[in-house]
Amino acid sequence: MWNYFRDIGLGIVTVLTSMGVAWRHLFTRSVTLQYPTEKWTMPERSRMRLFNKIEDCIGCGQCARACPTDCITIQTEKRGKDEPEVFASDGTQIKLRTYVFDIDMALCCYCSLCTFPCPTHCLVMTPEYEYSVYDKLDHIYRFAKEKPLSGKAQKPHSEKTESHGQ
Amino acid sequence: MQSIAELLGLLPGYSSIPETYRALIPVVVSCVVIFACMALAVLFAVWLERKVSAHIQDRLGPMYVGGWHGWAQTLADAVKLLLKEDIVPASADKLLFKVAPFVVFLGAFAAFVVIPFGASSFVADLNIGLLYVFAVGSLSVIGIIMAGWASNNKYSLYGGMRAAAQIISYEIPSAIAIMTVVIPVGSLSLVEIVNAQQGGIQNWFIFRYPPLVFLGFIIYFIASLAEVNRTPFDIPEAESELVAGYHTEYSGMRFAFFFLAEYANMFLVASVATALFLGGWTWFVPESVVPQFIPGPVLFFGKVLALVFVQMWLRWSLPRLRVDQLMYLSWKVLLPASLALVLGVGWVTVYW
Ligand code: SF4
Ligand code: SF4
Repeated sequence: MWNYFRDIGLGIVTVLTSMGVAWRHLFTRSVTLQYPTEKWTMPERSRMRLFNKIEDCIGCGQCARACPTDCITIQTEKRGKDEPEVFASDGTQIKLRTYVFDIDMALCCYCSLCTFPCPTHCLVMTPEYEYSVYDKLDHIYRFAKEKPLSGKAQKPHSEKTESHGQ
Repeated sequence: MQSIAELLGLLPGYSSIPETYRALIPVVVSCVVIFACMALAVLFAVWLERKVSAHIQDRLGPMYVGGWHGWAQTLADAVKLLLKEDIVPASADKLLFKVAPFVVFLGAFAAFVVIPFGASSFVADLNIGLLYVFAVGSLSVIGIIMAGWASNNKYSLYGGMRAAAQIISYEIPSAIAIMTVVIPVGSLSLVEIVNAQQGGIQNWFIFRYPPLVFLGFIIYFIASLAEVNRTPFDIPEAESELVAGYHTEYSGMRFAFFFLAEYANMFLVASVATALFLGGWTWFVPESVVPQFIPGPVLFFGKVLALVFVQMWLRWSLPRLRVDQLMYLSWKVLLPASLALVLGVGWVTVYW
């Protein structure tokens, strides 16, 4: 009998307590971020989309070797003896002509392992994160600007990644 | 209804309609008016529920559709539900499956006929008004069992059976708790009950014979929550156990009707509680002190909305009860308490 009334009392008290908690939260500031209109400012070094400053890239391919998901495709050729010498902004001579430098951001796992070995620090991760697309193939970013001189066909991207996109 | 008939009489050519049909027109018109008001109220309540739930959980809720705080979100949802495909499962009992949502809705809708929204704005003043509300309200149980059975899905059937057990159990304490009002008034007519509470807040039944009728109000409120299957008593549609309970298989407009019926039922029980305990459309203070400057129906709707808000508030603060706890609460707590209240109120009315 005593337990019966104690349970009822306990029930009333707990219901009122939880209602009180709910009431307090009704007037606390909401934590929602109205995304497209309000945005977080990303930290300066956040690891989002990759960017390659192709003018500084010496085409050494260390980034492609470091990448665990194989999403960087590089094709290079030697510059001819008679061509003018080209230098990166830190003074390194660019002996190779990089005519394909494709990064498939759909495959990238944002580990940033590719940026550390880069000798000229030209491959960096940017805080840019809004780049969704309708077609996976649009996630392939092509940074190379130069054309091959030796008449080699310029392959668009490794077949492996292309077939992945379909 | 009388006033509707008078208004219609002003229409040109109204008196040339044969007498037999003319009697039907005010009925149809008032039904359409009630339906329209109810649909609007439900749209508003769904929006309110989303906002209340969101703010209790420190979110914002719908913010974009329509501009100001997403006020048109439920309109957009209603349009979406109208355009959706109406699927009837292959192994369902087709006829029952199709009829069930409308039976559930009918129960909620028909009961509004006797609710006095204002001094003269009600469709019918039945002398057995309360009995009628309870009788018609029970129709929804049949609809819910029909839906659960016809879906041919074990979760739906579980939901339907649970709903039946729950609604029937909780109808008893709520009906007995209402007796605490019916005994002093001596009438089942809702209009008379509201009239008996005129003359300020101290005459409202919630403050009569403190704390007897107040406890009756609490018991009625708890039991009515269970009758309309709201959390913490939403075991018939417990999402974590039964997918969605009796309306698992429903889609499109038929689902919308279940939804409409749930919110219409919330408004119904809140209206009954307002009329019985909170003075209905009557003003807070005696007319001689401050005259009533808010129209009766608006005041009534405001009180109903306050109760609906409490229902939502409870929903977002309490977890769901277990089946055995639910039955314990009804049979072992609410029923004895309401019986004791009726005895107490009866004694007070006779010997005070
Ligand atoms: S961040 Fe990682 S996965 Fe992405 S390209 Fe660089 S090494 Fe590859
Ligand atoms: S490691 Fe740096 S310099 Fe070498 S290929 Fe990659 S981006 Fe170019």
